[in-house]
Amino acid sequence: MVYRAHVLISGSPQCIDLGAREVKATLLEELAALGLANEVQVMEVSTLGHDEQGPELVIYPEGTQYVDLTADDMRLIVAEHLLKGRPVEKLTYQEPPSEPLPPPSAKEVRVVLDNIGKIDPENIDDYIALDGYIALGEVLSTMAPDDVIAEMKKSGLRGRGGAGFPTWLKWTFARRAESEQKFVICNADEGDPGAFMNRRVLEGDPHAVLEGMAIAAYAIGAQQGYIYVRAEYPIAIKILRTAINQAREYGLLGKNIFESGFDFDIEIRMGAGAFVCGEETALMQSIEGKRGMPLTRPPYPANSGLWGDSTNINNVETLANVPKILRRGAEWFASMGTEKSKGTKTFAIAGKVARTGLIEVPLGMTIREIVYDIGGGVLNGKKFKAVQTGGPMGGCIPEKYLDLPVDYESLAGVGSMMGSGGFVVMDEDTCMVDIARFFMEFTQDESCGKCVPCRVGTRRMLEILERICAGEGKPGDIETLEGLATYIQDGSLCGLGQGAPNPVLSTLKYFRDEYEAHIYDKKCPAKVCKGLIEFTIDPEACIGCTRCARNCPVNAISGKPKETHVIDPEVCIRCGICAQVCPVDAVHVE
Amino acid sequence: MKTNLTQIHEVINQHGTNREALVEILRDLSQRSGYLTKEAMEVVATQLQLPPSEVFSVASFYTKINVEQLGKHVIKFCEDAPCHIAGGREIWEALEHKLGIQFGETTTDGFWTLWPTSCLGLCAVGPVMLVDDEPYGNLTPEKVTDILNHYRAGDAA
Repeated sequence: MVYRAHVLISGSPQCIDLGAREVKATLLEELAALGLANEVQVMEVSTLGHDEQGPELVIYPEGTQYVDLTADDMRLIVAEHLLKGRPVEKLTYQEPPSEPLPPPSAKEVRVVLDNIGKIDPENIDDYIALDGYIALGEVLSTMAPDDVIAEMKKSGLRGRGGAGFPTWLKWTFARRAESEQKFVICNADEGDPGAFMNRRVLEGDPHAVLEGMAIAAYAIGAQQGYIYVRAEYPIAIKILRTAINQAREYGLLGKNIFESGFDFDIEIRMGAGAFVCGEETALMQSIEGKRGMPLTRPPYPANSGLWGDSTNINNVETLANVPKILRRGAEWFASMGTEKSKGTKTFAIAGKVARTGLIEVPLGMTIREIVYDIGGGVLNGKKFKAVQTGGPMGGCIPEKYLDLPVDYESLAGVGSMMGSGGFVVMDEDTCMVDIARFFMEFTQDESCGKCVPCRVGTRRMLEILERICAGEGKPGDIETLEGLATYIQDGSLCGLGQGAPNPVLSTLKYFRDEYEAHIYDKKCPAKVCKGLIEFTIDPEACIGCTRCARNCPVNAISGKPKETHVIDPEVCIRCGICAQVCPVDAVHVE
Repeated sequence: MKTNLTQIHEVINQHGTNREALVEILRDLSQRSGYLTKEAMEVVATQLQLPPSEVFSVASFYTKINVEQLGKHVIKFCEDAPCHIAGGREIWEALEHKLGIQFGETTTDGFWTLWPTSCLGLCAVGPVMLVDDEPYGNLTPEKVTDILNHYRAGDAA
């Protein structure tokens, strides 16, 4: 279909917070009402650059950029610009004279994210126009399954879901397995805190995943595929459904693909909200309609997976790399990255960093480059303290490793891991004990309960950490934590339990002094832990404006207007609202 | 709440009676009617020829399948690390304090249910919460008060 106008609307978190969804809904409604739905194409893109002035959109072919939109503005733009061809000047973006946009970082290399924002994910023709499905066609018509695996071996691609297992080897195990039927599963149960790279790929370039699955299926000899998506991603599910249907219509899924005699089809399975289902054996249990609890390995899924048959499971990002490797060649892919970690990796940069969001870089880039050159440095000029990688089973990496290359081995070497690509930056105001407690709360909550060391052990560790943060830490607590950590690592079946102690162990390794300050000196050096801090009002600075007293949720502040106010530490719940509302910064934290 | 038999049969027809359909059936039913009654689970058990205990064990495992009645509005507050670092703790406490309930509970008037959720992918504007399906970001305790009042007022109008 040929459109006469294209509207790109920003779906960045900032724009969504400022009402982009309502604006988009209005746009679609208005277009439908005026009969323009077939003339104007609407695409949601990750960002258009002016997130703080969202909701934002741009209309092509003119390239008119509109910012700060409301639903009413949208109606006006549709009626004027899209219907009558008259741009609405008063709503267009005005370039500020002194603040040009920062250019995109030259350090990023887009492979997996390359198509995103360039194509309409709900139109298979867009994907095909950018050489989509060429790799599948070539594989089916010119390559034997073993050739495909050999090419994957040359590329050096490793699993992007966490452990970094070589993809070609996983495929080889499944290929060699004797099984009546075989399955390929795409693990789209993305659940690591702050990591949303898989969602971006599923929502922005779904056919890359389908094509990758079809190639994997051909290589191992499978006819049926499943995509297991978490239920929290309704948009991704909708887009995947459309993509699968379009691929079937074009004969790119189904019977006799490319006249090669190869049959392959894909079904979507939705999760139902359980973090542990990202673990491969738990995921397969869930597909079978059971409680998603991990099983003992071996047997590995390649030998006994779904319903006991040979099954190959790959992560979304791994699969999205596959068509590109086969189209552009293993040498091209292997030219990026380090000796053992080839290619690029997406990271979700979050936390106390100036520019948050999704990036893609060649493996082996240093933490410093990611934080400072791409992330724009620590927020508000504060001091970098640590970066937490690898999600809730990863670890915190301190400042002294800022020049560490980010690859599988280097991260594991300092007690963390690659994981799915979470990258949470922490500054001097972050308490490392509180962070460890926080992650333990997460894993404790998500433990499925099957293995006692994980179920009970994480609970016990959490209780100790809660006590330490509350100022009731005792000598011996650190040693008990270390002992429990070993039991949990040794006695748990799956990665969740085995990795659960990592945040505690890595913070103990690099920030032991903070634990000791909490336990022995009853101080929280970062001034975060409520039980160890006290809010006071500086009598010299206080102007008696009464704002703190009026905003205190527990009436802990007394004082007459124009006189010095006082906080009663017995009543104070340390919520910090007084410090936030004080116009003269008279509230201090000790 | 009454168990809607037509709806249950509709959902089962859609997904089939294979064992593997159980998670999908339960999630669908829970989504349509808010939560699963004991009777609903028993009907599903009979149709899929499973013991009711098996159905309950699956239903209670997943957070997206509810076996208890929810409030009129459901707050899902992101409990993941980026939001936590951005000041999520204060918001967490403010929500519990203002609603007078703990996470996982429903207010006695049945208006609010307060739930934690895993990452919503809106980390750039953390702390973040969803009220039903509406996202709210850059939360402060004051902003939370405004949002809660807005829903109360909207409901009274």
